[in-house]
Amino acid sequence: MQIRRLIDRSIKRLFFLAAFLSVMVLLGIFGMLLINGIKAFAVIEVSDFFFGTDWNPSAYGKPTFGILSMLVSTFLVTLGAMLIAIPLGVGAATYLAQVASEKTRLILKPIIELLAAIPSVVVGFIGIVMVGPLIARVFGLSNGLTALNGSILLAVMSLPTIITVAEDAIRAVPRNFIEGSYALGANQWTTLMRVILPAAYSGIIAAIILGMGRAIGETMTVLMATGNALAMPQGFFDPVRTMTATIAIELGEVPYGTTHYYSLFAVGALLFIISLGINLIAENIAARYRYKA
Amino acid sequence: MKKRLPIIFLFFGFLCWSCNPKHGHVENLLIKGSDTEVNLALTLAETYMMEDPDISIAITGGGSGAGIAALINGKTSIANSSRTMKAEELTMANERGIRPLATILGIDAIAIIVHKDCPIKEISKHQLAAIYSGRLNNWKYLGGSDDEISLYGRQSNSGTFVYFRDSIVQAEYASNVKQMNGTAQIVEAIKNDRNGIGYVGVGYIQENKNQINQGFKVLAVKATDQSPAYLPTLASNIENGNYPITRPLFQYTNGHPKGKLRQFLSYCLSAEGQALVKESGYFPVTKAYWKQNEQALVMGQK
Repeated sequence: MQIRRLIDRSIKRLFFLAAFLSVMVLLGIFGMLLINGIKAFAVIEVSDFFFGTDWNPSAYGKPTFGILSMLVSTFLVTLGAMLIAIPLGVGAATYLAQVASEKTRLILKPIIELLAAIPSVVVGFIGIVMVGPLIARVFGLSNGLTALNGSILLAVMSLPTIITVAEDAIRAVPRNFIEGSYALGANQWTTLMRVILPAAYSGIIAAIILGMGRAIGETMTVLMATGNALAMPQGFFDPVRTMTATIAIELGEVPYGTTHYYSLFAVGALLFIISLGINLIAENIAARYRYKA
Repeated sequence: MKKRLPIIFLFFGFLCWSCNPKHGHVENLLIKGSDTEVNLALTLAETYMMEDPDISIAITGGGSGAGIAALINGKTSIANSSRTMKAEELTMANERGIRPLATILGIDAIAIIVHKDCPIKEISKHQLAAIYSGRLNNWKYLGGSDDEISLYGRQSNSGTFVYFRDSIVQAEYASNVKQMNGTAQIVEAIKNDRNGIGYVGVGYIQENKNQINQGFKVLAVKATDQSPAYLPTLASNIENGNYPITRPLFQYTNGHPKGKLRQFLSYCLSAEGQALVKESGYFPVTKAYWKQNEQALVMGQK
């Protein structure tokens, strides 16, 4: 009896330890990013860092550390991705949850989820050799390595997340809501637009935000497909270099302990805070929707 | 167990062989530095080690800067570098009693490529500087169509990025240069971009002999606006020093090389070594550097 209790207790401790460890890893990473990132500000003015548009740490002349261009680039690419992915994703989720027959759904759902399994390098490559040239031809540009290219690819990459989470939310809408609507004489379209989607609203928002988190953090695809020019983008047809791409490109060659090194950590910390914020908002909204349903 | 016996014997045989007293006085050489040179150095070292079993050469990359830092700290026998040492690196070396001495292993050339339909055939170093610094941004100034030039280059972790900026552009790159993730991507982009221009290592071009069919075109380059233009696709133009965008690949040693180190360096510069240089996509040492190499090696012999 004693031994059984002992095992019981130690297993409990073990699981607690596992949970505790992942929290510690998260805190450790955040702490390391912050500690190293803050050191950059011993040399760089905070306002120069956040509002400077020139990022050129290994310059021919005087190095500059302004992240505004890449911050704008990151948000531009993400915004574009969401503009494409939200209608497609929510539309597909609605179709799967409400319109499609069970048979179609069983075929389509795994295929959509498989989309998430494509490595980002492959998506980036497709961006270079297929989507980019196509954009160039359609819009009469000399090349397709633009923010739009990144947006389209990231939209495709965030679709599985958006569709899966949004579909769950739509399916969770209580049956009696829908039957009530039909009983009042509403047709399928009206029921969908006026009853089902509003009821699943918070879940859909959570899905979108999770998809957005995926898009902001993606590195390899944007690194390959968006041209990585350092200039401040003027629109979707300009090449952009995002925060993730900057870190990926430069961290490999930067000498340890230099301002450049610390400034990359500062960029990483900022990116972490943005991602964390997005996830917290999504969690919050999703939690609210759980009570409702 | 019986099946595994030969493997065990082989293993012990290998152990005995590696403990062979003949291998007792093996001399270890360390080579560190440029990522451009690392594959070439590996080929040279592997071939040389087969000829001379009393030498063991270990090679690591890490970039030219890392190699030079290791030389200054006395941690490597040879520092490979695709650039000359900076003034502050030389002072640091002198402070620590290190006397860096360069031999030239081979020549690397950089080709300028454009889309296959681009009407331009040649370009001067001066024009390249103006284009890549953003001062000249339309093909019409070069005799082409009235279109904005679309610039392609490498990322800042590339030695070619630094070399091209410091020796050709000699200013900051224009901020709209698209920084590509490798040479292959520059070529891929140029093929699809009618207004594109990019710089790539000649080794890459040489592998694709028929460029027009490949979708891009290599420009002939002039050293000054008046001088004749030379194509890098003709190896002779690089070997006789006519093609203007070349860089020597250095091997830095501490003082004049002696003993095994000198033998290895002599091997690199021998006909056999230089043939390997050429096989690896680079070019044999041009005449202009022969004297420097000779001095470095002959002095070591005394």
